[in-house]
Amino acid sequence: MCAEQTTIKISKLDFYYDKFKALKNINLNIYNNKVTALIGPSGCGKSTLIRMFNRMSDLVPKTRAEGSILLDGENILEPSLDVVKLRRKVGMVFQKPNPFPKTIYQNIAYGLEINGNKNRESIRYKVEDALRKAALWDDVKDRLHQSALGMSGGQQQRLCIARALAVEPKVILFDEPCASLDPISTAKIEELILELKKNYTIVIVTHNMQQAARTSDYTAFMYLGELVEFGKTDKIFTVPQEKKTEEYLSGKFG
Amino acid sequence: MNSFKEKLIRQIFRAASYASLFFLFGIMFVLFKESLTALGEINIFNFLLGKDWYPTYEPPDYGILPLISGSLAVSFVAMFICVPLGLGTALYMHEIACDRQRKFLKPAIEILSAVPSIIFGFFGLVILAPFLQKNFNLPTGQCLLTASIMLGVMTIPIITSLSEDALSFVPRSFKEASYALGANRWQTLLRVTIPAAASGIITSIIMGMGRLMGETMIVLMVAGGAAVIPNSLFAPVRPMTSSIAAEMGEAAQGSLHFSALFEIGLLLFIITFVLNIIAEIISRRYRLKLGQGR
Repeated sequence: MCAEQTTIKISKLDFYYDKFKALKNINLNIYNNKVTALIGPSGCGKSTLIRMFNRMSDLVPKTRAEGSILLDGENILEPSLDVVKLRRKVGMVFQKPNPFPKTIYQNIAYGLEINGNKNRESIRYKVEDALRKAALWDDVKDRLHQSALGMSGGQQQRLCIARALAVEPKVILFDEPCASLDPISTAKIEELILELKKNYTIVIVTHNMQQAARTSDYTAFMYLGELVEFGKTDKIFTVPQEKKTEEYLSGKFG
Repeated sequence: MNSFKEKLIRQIFRAASYASLFFLFGIMFVLFKESLTALGEINIFNFLLGKDWYPTYEPPDYGILPLISGSLAVSFVAMFICVPLGLGTALYMHEIACDRQRKFLKPAIEILSAVPSIIFGFFGLVILAPFLQKNFNLPTGQCLLTASIMLGVMTIPIITSLSEDALSFVPRSFKEASYALGANRWQTLLRVTIPAAASGIITSIIMGMGRLMGETMIVLMVAGGAAVIPNSLFAPVRPMTSSIAAEMGEAAQGSLHFSALFEIGLLLFIITFVLNIIAEIISRRYRLKLGQGR
């Protein structure tokens, strides 16, 4: 485990929604070019944690964080941090596919344009590149200028992945990306995640144990705001060290 | 007994709900019937495009182009006031204002919409018109600009509340997606939220336009009342509504003048009806589109 390169290092992290302590003393490393799954029952804080990696947690008023999250050695919890830069580096795919009510092309070009790319040729190239990386190019190359809302749910989610890829992030966060998708679309997304980890560091929150087992290299099990166990996925799923983990994985609660 | 009661109640509610439909058709019927004389005797092109409105001269002239252009000009200028102010208010309330500000802004706007139009007219007549007359050296302060300003202020709440609704219909997930890509608040507002709410905002503007065209009291009081095609902001004008209101009392029932006023009413009805239909089509299309994106 120690041979891996750490991309995100979380130390002594506490997080509060007003007075409610949602995360308690989290210490966790996210490794480079690996898939890390965050699992645990609803309300355990896994979504809260993943939303701190790109400071989406800022959008909720009256929150407070203590401790540190180091990304490439920089503490991203610093109030002075440029969240725009951070979010370029740490992309996110949401629970429900949320393409903009724009064309397929515009959906991807948007991220490039807001980040200051005005070169049409370069945007065109990057849009195609992102769609190819998201395994969507062949499906949509003839209808780039049609509304993204006309696509199927699975295609919409892959478009959202392509949109995140286009701004060339280093880390991609997946917040239950398959929660609203059918099994075939889910399989395609999982396949894509395995493909993407060659070039990106991936964190995925999931309710689906099989999905965690299939896609991730490392798994963190959280319960009531605490990190109960973290380790290689095959170890966690076969010989969990903690009783709580075993109970959760065997379906005794959750 | 019980089933009789049920039926009775059902019929009462049905009657209530069909009453407005009945009134709508009743009004359309009467407007059309009373306009028939004028429709028959005055050539429609002379009526719509005639430049002279002298219904009491001998022979009379029934050209309503000055009245139509008066209505359009007053509404058009008023839009320059109510659209920026109305939209600005909606955007501020939706995006920037904190809860405390929203708590007094929203009721304030609702109160503004509850002010009777005669109060606006009164204000325009007593304060704005003399002010403009004095500062711009006008023969009279009762002119296009005065009417437009008062109309514009009156229409702000309509545009504000409808476009604020449209903005709040925009799913949160769109904004989250934009922020997650590294967009700031301004970019998100301009490039995601406003485009997603665009049809609702356009609808609010069209509804405001309908309200502007139909408003009578303000224009009757402060527009000046001259049936001339306006050539400046300070020209007195006589919109369609104020012609009807001013002349209906003196026109003999059943006369051609009387019928011509009804024809103006019919035209006004058609204009606002079409505006409403356009607004309805746009907002329906918009809801269908967003339904999938949620």
